[in-house]
Amino acid sequence: MNIEVDAEVVGFARRLAAAGVDVPPTRVHAMLEALDVLGAGSLRSVYWSGRVTLCASPEDVERYDRVFAAHFGRRPDRPPRRVTVPPVTRLIALPDGSGDGARDGHDADPERQRIATASRLEVLRNRDVTTLGPADRAEVGRYISALLPAAPDRVTRRLRPSPSGPVDARRTVRSMLRHGGEPVDLRRQRHGRRQRRLVFLVDVSGSMAPYAETLLRFAHAACRVRPATEVFTVGTRLTRVTRELRRRDPVAALTAASAAIDDWSGGTRLGDELKEFLDRWGQRGTARGAVVVIGSDGWERGDPALLADQMARLARLARRIVWVNPHRGYKGYSPSTGGMRAALPYVDRLVAGHSLGAMQELAALLGGREPLGRARPAREGW
Amino acid sequence: MADIDSAATTPGELARRLDAAGYLADEGLATAAFLAVRMGRPLFLEGEAGVGKTALAQALAEVLGAPLIRLQCYEGVDAAQALYDWDFPRQLLHLRAAEAAGVTDVDRLEHELYDRRFLLARPLLRALETTPSVLLVDEVDRADDEFEAFLLEVLSDFTISIPELGTVRAETPPVVVVTSNRTREVHDALKRRCLYHWLAHPTFEREVAVIRRHLPGVSERLADDVARTVQRLRAADLLKPPGLAESIDWVTALTALGATELSADLATRTLGAVLKYQEDTERIMGEVAELVGRP
Repeated sequence: MNIEVDAEVVGFARRLAAAGVDVPPTRVHAMLEALDVLGAGSLRSVYWSGRVTLCASPEDVERYDRVFAAHFGRRPDRPPRRVTVPPVTRLIALPDGSGDGARDGHDADPERQRIATASRLEVLRNRDVTTLGPADRAEVGRYISALLPAAPDRVTRRLRPSPSGPVDARRTVRSMLRHGGEPVDLRRQRHGRRQRRLVFLVDVSGSMAPYAETLLRFAHAACRVRPATEVFTVGTRLTRVTRELRRRDPVAALTAASAAIDDWSGGTRLGDELKEFLDRWGQRGTARGAVVVIGSDGWERGDPALLADQMARLARLARRIVWVNPHRGYKGYSPSTGGMRAALPYVDRLVAGHSLGAMQELAALLGGREPLGRARPAREGW
Repeated sequence: MADIDSAATTPGELARRLDAAGYLADEGLATAAFLAVRMGRPLFLEGEAGVGKTALAQALAEVLGAPLIRLQCYEGVDAAQALYDWDFPRQLLHLRAAEAAGVTDVDRLEHELYDRRFLLARPLLRALETTPSVLLVDEVDRADDEFEAFLLEVLSDFTISIPELGTVRAETPPVVVVTSNRTREVHDALKRRCLYHWLAHPTFEREVAVIRRHLPGVSERLADDVARTVQRLRAADLLKPPGLAESIDWVTALTALGATELSADLATRTLGAVLKYQEDTERIMGEVAELVGRP
């Protein structure tokens, strides 16, 4: 191995990491090893040695091809395509307290004066998150991050030792061995139980932007307590933000997720996005038997018929579909948007998602096993 | 390991030998397989169902002259099914026999009970004990994620420790192929330990070549027709786009009907060989003529 090649590879790996591929040093080392086996003579061996060692998914391969062309291509000095990262502040109101003075004269509001004696949490509970000042918003955010979204469980194939249940022949025989072949006690086993997967599809289009942060926070709380949770954002494109939301710290997680989403405040093509989700993830297993939470106001720019088709597909795969619509929280709401009407027949439960209280209810609802009221007929209870 | 050394001198040579074994590997796949063999790292193959992930392991075993040991993963697969298990009924028999013979040396008896001959080797242990061998860990995405951590441990140092017996270490690590249909995301740590290759659907020319390689008696016309139609079906936005395996099934079905070329009528009658969802079949039924049509 020579130092020039090493330096070149390390430089390339850095650039790849900047493009969003997770490239730990062990992988760079593996690439150098592979390059050593293939011989560093040709661009092809460089290409393949990197591709099999630095990539870990088809998305990585796409990025890899792009970065490789930019790095080793005819114009190696061409900068990689710049991805516009939306300002993080739109997603997260940091608890700096500085914005309180400019809270549109909230404190002069007699309504606010009257309820000032009630517990602060009670006040915050029922306020629409979009009407909160930065400090309150941050506080509500912290409450949401502390929620423990439940998930219903399912029976697994695996048998576990249990005080009752059918006889576990293997353990029984093992214990017989210890007692000179005498069946001293019968061991028993039962099927284990396991949490169902939670899948979040959060609409980040313009009309939903004020509420998206709350929903993503909630999804982050779910990721923390249920590691199998998957989170996607939909707008004009589908973005998987599960990896970003795995960070424990809510602020760091939401900042990373915000940077990964590049269709903030665009339009919504729910039908197309849902289809992409089902094609790439849902049908392969992500949605199977899962509890799917869709956070959207149902403002669909595309064809509602496509959305209805895709909702039907999703309904066949998922255990349960919960639709969170912030507008549901207001009296006199009726599902009037085209997308909402198309989707409704397949939704098991339509809930509000506009306030802390609504999110608390959602957290409890997800874990519920009793058959809850349903918008669509004859779905098996849980 | 003579076979392995001679079969994998260059990626091109490995591709040629895989070809001779009935598997057509493109440059990327051949290079990935070559590196896996030479670097002693598992090859992680991901791709749609039916693109030839499992078949590669079979061909690789043939080329390397090594037995193929397969571990089929499923939800709930555990160590007893993947690693080893004690043969309790036989241990019990041995115990009874020893008792009947009036054996009193308890320590020795216990030692005898946990002898290698009472150990049932499951695929992972068998692969470590067999040199050379090709280990296929099939559809790892179906196993629970706990199982991945366990698999990672075995694939990292190729040793298995059995408390009653000691540590089993592979003389030469087996060539390992791990496949995934990507029904869920496999953990990064496992992928990092492996060489990664994404296997996409083949191009038209490749597909024709693979069909003719698998079914040598098939007319060129039929292979062309089927490959072209299947390529169009893949672009038709189906719930389950047909893979290479489905193309081969379809040609087999058509050959069984005595066809030498594909017509709309034949296609309609045999659509079940390629489309596996009722919705897909319904959608395609109306468009069969266009899909089958020659350019």
